[in-house]
Amino acid sequence: MNKIFIIIQREFLKRVNKKSFIIMTLLMPFLMAALVFVPLWLSTLNETGDRVVYVVDKTGRYSPSIVSTSEFTIVPVADMLPEFKNDSCSAEAILVIDDDLVKNPSAATIYSKKEVKPDLLRYVEMQLNEHIRKDKLEASGIPQLEKIIDNIETTISVSTIKWDKSGNESESSTGVAMVAGFLVALLIYMFVLIYGAMVMQSVMEEKTNRIVELMVSSVKPFQLMMGKIIGIALVGFLQIIIWGVMLAVILSVGMAMFGGDAASATAAAQMGPGMAMTAQPEIVSETAAIQSAIANLPFFELGVMFILSFVGGYLLYASLYAAIGASVNEQEDSQQFMMPMMLIMIFALYAAMYSIENPDGPLAFWCSMIPLTSPVVMVMRVPFGVPFWQELLSMIILFAADILLVWLAGKIYRVGILMYGKKPTWKDLAKWVRYK
Amino acid sequence: MDQNPIPPVPPRMEDDIFLEARHIVKAYSAHKALDDVSIQVPRGKIFGLLGPNGAGKTTLIRIINHISMPDAGEIVFNGHALCADDVQHIGYLPEERGLYKKMKVGEQAIYLAQLRGLSAAEATSRLKEWFEKFDIMPWWNKKLEELSKGMQQKVQFIITLVHQPELLIFDEPFSGFDPVNAERLKKEILELRDKGHTIIFSTHNMASVEEICDHIVLIDHSKVVLSGNVAEIKSRYRTGLYELLTPNAYLTAEPGVYDIIESKRLGVGCRYLVKKADALSNSQLIAHLAEKAEIVHFSEQMPSMNDIFLQIVGQK
Repeated sequence: MNKIFIIIQREFLKRVNKKSFIIMTLLMPFLMAALVFVPLWLSTLNETGDRVVYVVDKTGRYSPSIVSTSEFTIVPVADMLPEFKNDSCSAEAILVIDDDLVKNPSAATIYSKKEVKPDLLRYVEMQLNEHIRKDKLEASGIPQLEKIIDNIETTISVSTIKWDKSGNESESSTGVAMVAGFLVALLIYMFVLIYGAMVMQSVMEEKTNRIVELMVSSVKPFQLMMGKIIGIALVGFLQIIIWGVMLAVILSVGMAMFGGDAASATAAAQMGPGMAMTAQPEIVSETAAIQSAIANLPFFELGVMFILSFVGGYLLYASLYAAIGASVNEQEDSQQFMMPMMLIMIFALYAAMYSIENPDGPLAFWCSMIPLTSPVVMVMRVPFGVPFWQELLSMIILFAADILLVWLAGKIYRVGILMYGKKPTWKDLAKWVRYK
Repeated sequence: MDQNPIPPVPPRMEDDIFLEARHIVKAYSAHKALDDVSIQVPRGKIFGLLGPNGAGKTTLIRIINHISMPDAGEIVFNGHALCADDVQHIGYLPEERGLYKKMKVGEQAIYLAQLRGLSAAEATSRLKEWFEKFDIMPWWNKKLEELSKGMQQKVQFIITLVHQPELLIFDEPFSGFDPVNAERLKKEILELRDKGHTIIFSTHNMASVEEICDHIVLIDHSKVVLSGNVAEIKSRYRTGLYELLTPNAYLTAEPGVYDIIESKRLGVGCRYLVKKADALSNSQLIAHLAEKAEIVHFSEQMPSMNDIFLQIVGQK
């Protein structure tokens, strides 16, 4: 027991003391935060309103509809002047309307020295369409038609309320559940892949270095394997804890800097600039809804399931990786055994993605029971609410499979690490398991 | 325990046996790596484990090191059945040597010593002593890959014996050492024996066997084909050939006493190679010869271990 602790200690310290680990661990949260904040920051940069657009409306009917926004400053001008083509002209573009657009829908043209920006085009088209729609409605001669149509056009926003067991209501959001579930699933997937591969690498290093003969004369091969697996897992835990803490700090600092409505700003940035103006109140209420949906996520359940799936899934794959690393002599030989594993991992991720559509469907259910896919698929389902018996069963199966696989991998590992020369086949591995 | 004396020639009774392998059988699928192998390693002696490549030496060493389990048979270590904790009393220098390339020399020596049961503090102080002794202290904080091959071998050697094991197993210890360091290593091994360590020494190098081994066992095709005390074995494989130098004398063969195999006239006299009849003792032969000629030089042609090795292994 003492020896396995010494091995864990070394495997852990060796990796944690590496420069690459320290740099990656400290830098990653900033990179992740940058992914969130840079687009946010860039979107605030745009809203300066110094994009000047001249409007030459020869019909005189449309220019009142095209008004300045936070982004565009609209300047009506009487006529198209030749100096507009000069570089000294400050206008980004010139909109020319030659004719009645009802009769001649292609009578509007935007001139620009550069390629016309899509947001400007979208804005102009939207305003003109709206204007023409009103014109056409008026032309129909039915009184109050516009009001009638406005009345008909109601935007429905279905709010989703979830009942818990005692019948209490809580606001939920399918979108939030999807994002939360998928993020957690992806995290487990990546962790298992990266750290599992690390286990294999480390096992292969010892084998090809030939130090393993000395090692197994001091400790049991099983102790060596488990020490490695646990040591590397602790490195992963440390990394995730550091990332979690740093990300929380950075995000809260960032939120404070961008003001409380950073979330709504993101939402606004994602929608068109024109719409942001009109739809602002709706977005604010939607932000509040998202916030309450986030607050209503089953955090405790998700946390427990995350840790269990994380440990269970990692143990499963790490022991497989260790067995593969011990069996092969060279990196290239490992491909043969890695292939089926990678396919299963990718399948698990896809299964998780499709399970989002129907978190209680047969695909989701079975994939969250099969141990090779359950660590990824089960956590994905948790935010949608999963019956407790399913969670329990899934975890029992997962950990039972862990015990079986660790035992199997231990057998293969023990024989494999001292086998040099010939590339092993699946048959050989099966034979090794049966060795005394 | 003593009812089944297995080896063809059991060591003399007064020998205190430190390690005994009894009827070890180990098979890998179709191939039998060890077939009813028994050895007795006397305490405080250097025991040579010999055999051609693939004979099963490494398999036996792994079983003694508790790395693999025999299919049948048992290992008795210092009077009890070998168990996992006994590895703390074994120092093993594998033929395939390797250490962590990227790890600092001192750090990994401490790590490996800890795995053999030393505390970190004790490992450090003992290792420093050894490093001083082998003049490699300046490399303590270097990564292993920065060291020369010979220096890595020294580190490995130190790691093998830092926990002061009662039993030391050296598998081809001299490979990779230059003659100067090989000599030094040999001295060190003999010194360890004199301090009471029991040593199992596996090699192909027959010259070194004659120099340092007290007992040997020869394994070929998974079976023990020869074992015993080196001097005894040599006398067992006596050729009955003698070298004889006489001034100005002509010998003729004497049937029933000796044959002349070869004669050569030298400047100062004659050199003969004679074969003694089996019934005669050495002194009887000398008596016969002395009657006929003045003897300047007389010596028995002892077989080298190499000859014996070739003779036995070559038969198969």
